[in-house]
Amino acid sequence: MKFIDEFRDHTRARQTLEHITTLVERICRDRAAPLRIMEVCGGHTHAIFHYGLEAMLPKQLELIHGPGCPVCVLPMGRVDDCLAIAERPEVILATFGDAIRVPGSRKSLLQAKAEGADVRIVYSPMDALDLAIRHPEREVVFFGLGFETTIPSTALTITQAQRQRITNFSVFCNHITIIPTLKAILENPDHRLDGFLGPGHVSMIIGTEPYRFIAEHYRCPVVISGFEPLDMLQSLLMVVRQLHDGRAEVENQYQRLVSRDGNPAALQAVHEVYESRQSCEWRGLGPIEDSGMQIRQAYAAYDAERKFSLPNQQVADPEALRCGEVLTGNLKPWQCELFGSQCSPESPCGALMVSSEGACAAYFQYGGPRAEQHEEVSP
Amino acid sequence: MCLGIPGQIITIDDIDNRLATVDVSGVRRQINIACIIDDAHPPESCVGDWVLVHVGFALNRIDAAAAERTLAMLDMLGDTHELDALIDSQEKRQ
Amino acid sequence: MSHKRTLATVNAAFITQAHGGGGKAMKDLIDDVFIRAFGAPEDTLEDQARLALEPLCRTGDRLAMTSDGFVVKPLFFPGGDIGSLAVCGTVNDLAVGGALPRYLSCSVILEEGLPVEDLRRIARSMKEAADRAGVAIVTGDTKVVERGACDGIFITTTGVGVIPAERRLSIEQIQATDVVIVNGWLGDHGAAILAARGDLSLETALESDCAALNGLVEALLEAVPNTRCLRDATRGGVATVLNEMAEASQLSIELQDASLPLRREVRGMCEILGLDPLYLANEGKLVAVVPADRADAALAALKRHPLGRDASVIGHAYSGKPGRVTLRTLFGGQRIVDMLVGEQLPRIC
Repeated sequence: MKFIDEFRDHTRARQTLEHITTLVERICRDRAAPLRIMEVCGGHTHAIFHYGLEAMLPKQLELIHGPGCPVCVLPMGRVDDCLAIAERPEVILATFGDAIRVPGSRKSLLQAKAEGADVRIVYSPMDALDLAIRHPEREVVFFGLGFETTIPSTALTITQAQRQRITNFSVFCNHITIIPTLKAILENPDHRLDGFLGPGHVSMIIGTEPYRFIAEHYRCPVVISGFEPLDMLQSLLMVVRQLHDGRAEVENQYQRLVSRDGNPAALQAVHEVYESRQSCEWRGLGPIEDSGMQIRQAYAAYDAERKFSLPNQQVADPEALRCGEVLTGNLKPWQCELFGSQCSPESPCGALMVSSEGACAAYFQYGGPRAEQHEEVSP
Repeated sequence: MCLGIPGQIITIDDIDNRLATVDVSGVRRQINIACIIDDAHPPESCVGDWVLVHVGFALNRIDAAAAERTLAMLDMLGDTHELDALIDSQEKRQ
Repeated sequence: MSHKRTLATVNAAFITQAHGGGGKAMKDLIDDVFIRAFGAPEDTLEDQARLALEPLCRTGDRLAMTSDGFVVKPLFFPGGDIGSLAVCGTVNDLAVGGALPRYLSCSVILEEGLPVEDLRRIARSMKEAADRAGVAIVTGDTKVVERGACDGIFITTTGVGVIPAERRLSIEQIQATDVVIVNGWLGDHGAAILAARGDLSLETALESDCAALNGLVEALLEAVPNTRCLRDATRGGVATVLNEMAEASQLSIELQDASLPLRREVRGMCEILGLDPLYLANEGKLVAVVPADRADAALAALKRHPLGRDASVIGHAYSGKPGRVTLRTLFGGQRIVDMLVGEQLPRIC
């Protein structure tokens, strides 16, 4: 597969790894703590486990699995609201497969479907719009999830619905943006992060400029990275090289897709339909200002939150859960008391156990040498 | 967080609604190409282009020359000086 | 088999409750669809098939019996249909136990409204698949349920086969250093069904690998009689079978990513939808475990058969953590290949 197989060519990995190891050893001669690099994006987390990259890296280089998994950070109250919509008899709820097992306070969409709700898995929001066209007697609601990469797709679907004058389609918007969240993590005085792998596909939309404050204000290197294993190794090398040279810059490893200014057409579509929410709740992290999107007044007819009255309840996570600490890299998944016992992929209580992109689920399912510790606590 | 996959546009299906068919390793799917067309790239010119596909939308064109440069950088890791030079030149290009 | 009497015909275009009522409509349906397709029994039609023991005893010392229910959407898909699936699936469950499949039963639950022509097509497909596999469909049952109570048609087949006296295939026989072989491309059925279902609007030229494996099993067991065990990798895919094998043998199994036979379309499908091909269903793939020194002989025997042309060694057993299956990635890393918690769903993340 073009643009994939070349970047999975293991013969090119060895030298990259050697360089990483040499530089990390050199840096760690003068410091006790390991280097801690956060991969922001859940897609990166998935790839790290899928290819077994972590075990190949030097021990003094720790990867911290960041908050970039939209399913993982979705608050339980929002799932409950979505269930309230899905359970209305006139509604067809269309969603990406990722969201269907996410537990609300009472149940998941999968359980609601078993109880009779009409829940359909689609590949694209356009497919949800097609459902609305094919079922004019029903209300089709699309469960809009995801970061900047996904936001243009629902924005363009909404403008398309308006152009075609389709009135039985709406989006339950849970879109979130990554930059305010990175800022919130960096504002936390105990963050202890040395650098970031930036999310390649988000950056394809927003460009590299929005990360500049991380380098300039927080003096932390950022390298925008692709998702194939060679992309990630190369990006890690670039971060480590910056640390070695004492630089803090925004560098772009994913040049085949990411430019400085991002994609203007996609950004225009997003701006047309959405505006920033004042505050948005993240599961495990709490409320973060300006980190969510909502549908503009001009497109109110396509906003499921305006179309249906929602319970809009705040549901707190169980207190023993320590997802937030894991998300910010201050706790390893297996160090949480619930890991593998009360919280497992089969019956997740915490958000990070829900999606295969979540750090906890990844450790649970894919394991890996550094996760061997968790086996003592898992059943 | 965002599964994206390279695919090649093989036909333009509906210019008004910005629909095209993309081929991903022998699997075909209709996608929306609104994000990759502009005055320099009218829809009809997009056939043959490689794009990044996410949830049924082409979100960007893939720059084959940049992909080559990235691989060349990896191949040059044997020689640290050359690598430095290449990183510098890439930085300048931005 | 010859028809001893004139078969009745069904004029209705769709199945109704009458076709399950036990009266004339049902008898006509059985005549027109099933007897016409499968052939009439030697004796008169009774409530049970009567099978001679003597020819069975000549080929083995044990009977194998298995039963499987088949539900699939859509009923017809590239490479097969629910009928061929129902025959091959049960034949394969017998074959991977080392049995020579002989007889099948066929019990159908029909939804009212099912086109009779679809049912005829399914019955013909069952007969063709049974002929190819060398088994006879000897008994059956028909029920009709209300619209919405089933999805077109559900089929249950029960199979009976004979196990030759010397055969002892068992997953408990797996030993460290044994080699794991598959007979060809993985995930074709799962990917073809996903595409055929249409709700993801993906088009491919992929076909289901639906096939009866008993001939292939015979070829393998002739070449390598000390084959440890066989499994067909249906629901849950190769990953699930290997987990069961590792669990039963209390060994570890390591797979090599580089040697997994995957068609480019299956890879494409998995990349687009974020699926792992190791968990995709197959309907004509077996996982064989053989002693390491017989791996070449096993591979050669499989490759000589049309259903094993693309056979490949995909991994080996070793004494590691009991029950653990891992994959050595192309990249030199390693990851655990666990049982799936639920169904594999398409994802965007």
